[in-house]
Amino acid sequence: MQNFGAAFGDAFRLLGGFDPALMEIILLSLRVSVTAVFISALIGLPLGAILGVSRFRGRAAVLVLLNTLMGLPPVVVGLLVYLMLSNAGPLGPLALLYTPGAMIIAQSILVIPIVAALARQTIEDMHAEYDEQLRILGVGRWGMVATLLWDARYSLLTAMLAGFGRAVAEVGAVLIVGGNINHVTRVMTTAIALETSKGNLALALGLGLVLLLLAIVINAAVMGLRATAARSAHA
Amino acid sequence: MKRIRRAFISAAAIALCVLGGPALAGENFIIVQSTTSTQNSGLLDDLLPRFTAMTGIEVRVVAVGTGQAIKNARNGDGDILLVHARAAEEKFVADGFGVQRFDLMYNDFVVVGPAADPAQVGGTADAVAALRRIAAANAIFASRGDDSGTHKKELSLWQAAGVDVSAASGTWYRETGSGMGATLNTGIGMGAYVMTDRATWIAFGNKGDFRILVEGDEALFNQYGVIMVNPARLRSPKIAWSRAFMDWILGSEGQAAIAAYKVDGQQLFFPNARRGS
Repeated sequence: MQNFGAAFGDAFRLLGGFDPALMEIILLSLRVSVTAVFISALIGLPLGAILGVSRFRGRAAVLVLLNTLMGLPPVVVGLLVYLMLSNAGPLGPLALLYTPGAMIIAQSILVIPIVAALARQTIEDMHAEYDEQLRILGVGRWGMVATLLWDARYSLLTAMLAGFGRAVAEVGAVLIVGGNINHVTRVMTTAIALETSKGNLALALGLGLVLLLLAIVINAAVMGLRATAARSAHA
Repeated sequence: MKRIRRAFISAAAIALCVLGGPALAGENFIIVQSTTSTQNSGLLDDLLPRFTAMTGIEVRVVAVGTGQAIKNARNGDGDILLVHARAAEEKFVADGFGVQRFDLMYNDFVVVGPAADPAQVGGTADAVAALRRIAAANAIFASRGDDSGTHKKELSLWQAAGVDVSAASGTWYRETGSGMGATLNTGIGMGAYVMTDRATWIAFGNKGDFRILVEGDEALFNQYGVIMVNPARLRSPKIAWSRAFMDWILGSEGQAAIAAYKVDGQQLFFPNARRGS
C-alpha cells in the first residue's frame, strides 16, 4: 500500500524542483479560477448589492433561489455548459469547448451565486445601519449601492475567497467542458482525478497537498493585502 | 486613501497578468476522442508528441469511456475517434458520422482478482467458464457499468455465460459507473474480481495483492479501431490535419511507435492496421 510519507515526498519533490508540467498545471488552475472569480465579482457583487437594498414582491423567493444556487452540482453545470458549447449546441460556432474559456464559463456559473448571495447578506446588514444617514445626505439608489459596496469591500473579499475556494476545488464541471487535455485544459483537480484513476494514489495525494498549499498562499495574500490596506486607512 | 487605492490597483494588475496570460498552445490542433485505457496506460502521451514533432499538428486527447467518446464525436466535438467497441464503431460509420473504420492495434482483456481467489478461477483459460464460477460462488465482481468498450465486452461474456447480471446488480455484481482505473481502485478496495484491459493493468500503480487470474482466451481479444469523423462535419483545416493523422498512425511510423511502447519491459499494444483492406 502506498503511504502518506510517499505522498509528501512526491509533492515536495515536484514542487521543489519546479517541475515544468506541474507549474503549467498550477498556472492554468490559477488562471481559470481567478478569472472566474473576477467575472463572478463583476456580476455577483452588484447583483447582491441591488438585492440587498431593494424591496419588491417575490424578493423572498428570489433569495431562496439565489441561496439554493450556491449548491449547484458542478457536474450538472458542466453538462449544461457542454450542451451549450458543443458543436451540436447553440454556441458551437464559438469553438470554446475543450478550452480554458469553457472552464472559466462553467466556474463562473458556479461562483456567481456564492458571491451574490454572500454580498447580498453583507450589504443588507450595512444598509439597515446606514440607510437613514445616506438618505439624509441625499444619496440615490445607485449611489447607495456603490457606497455600500465600497464600504463593505473587506467583507466582500471573504465572499470572493469563498467563491475562489469553490472554483479551484471543483472537478466535475471542468472535467466535462475542459476534457482534461494535457497542456491545454489540465488543472490541479483533473490531474488529481487522472492520477487516482492510474492508481498513482501517492502522487494524487501529493498533488492534493500542492492544491491545498496554493489555496493557503492565495488566502494569506488576500488577508495580508486586507490588513495592509486597513492599517493605512487608519493611519 | 491613496495607499489603499495603490494596493487595489496592484492587486488588479496582478490579476490581469494571470488572466491575460499568453495562450497556452498553438492553433494547429485536432481533437481525438479516445478511451481511458489508451491514456491511462501512457500510450498516447508517448505516441502523439512524435506526430506533433513531425507535422507541427498538435493532438488534443479527450479520454472518456468508449460510449461517451462516440457520443461526443456524434455531437461534432472531435475530429478523430479512437476506441474499442467494433459494433458501436461500425454503427458510427454507418450512420454517416465517420468516414471509414480501420483496425489500429489490439491487446487483450484479463480478469484480475485477489490472491485468495475465492471463486477459484486462477489459471483458467476459459473466460466464460471463469465468470460462471464467479457467479456461482456469489463472489464480488466490480463492473465498469459505464457503456465503455470494456463494459460492452464484459456484458457479452456474461451473456455467453448465461448469467443475468442485471438481476444481481447491487448484490455480488457491483457497477461502479466509472472509468477503468477508478473501477480497479474500487474493486481492489472491495476484494472484487475485475475485468480490465491488460494495458491499464500493467501500468496501474495500486495493484495491492491483486493478480491476473484469467487470461489467454480468444474471447478476451481487444481490438482498437480508429475513425476519422466525416469531413462534412469538420472545419476545413481540420480535414487535412485529421487525414495526416490517420495516414501517420496507420502507416509504418505510427505502427512502429505503438509496438515500441513498453511499460516495465512489456509491450502493451500490438499494431495491426491493414490499410486499404
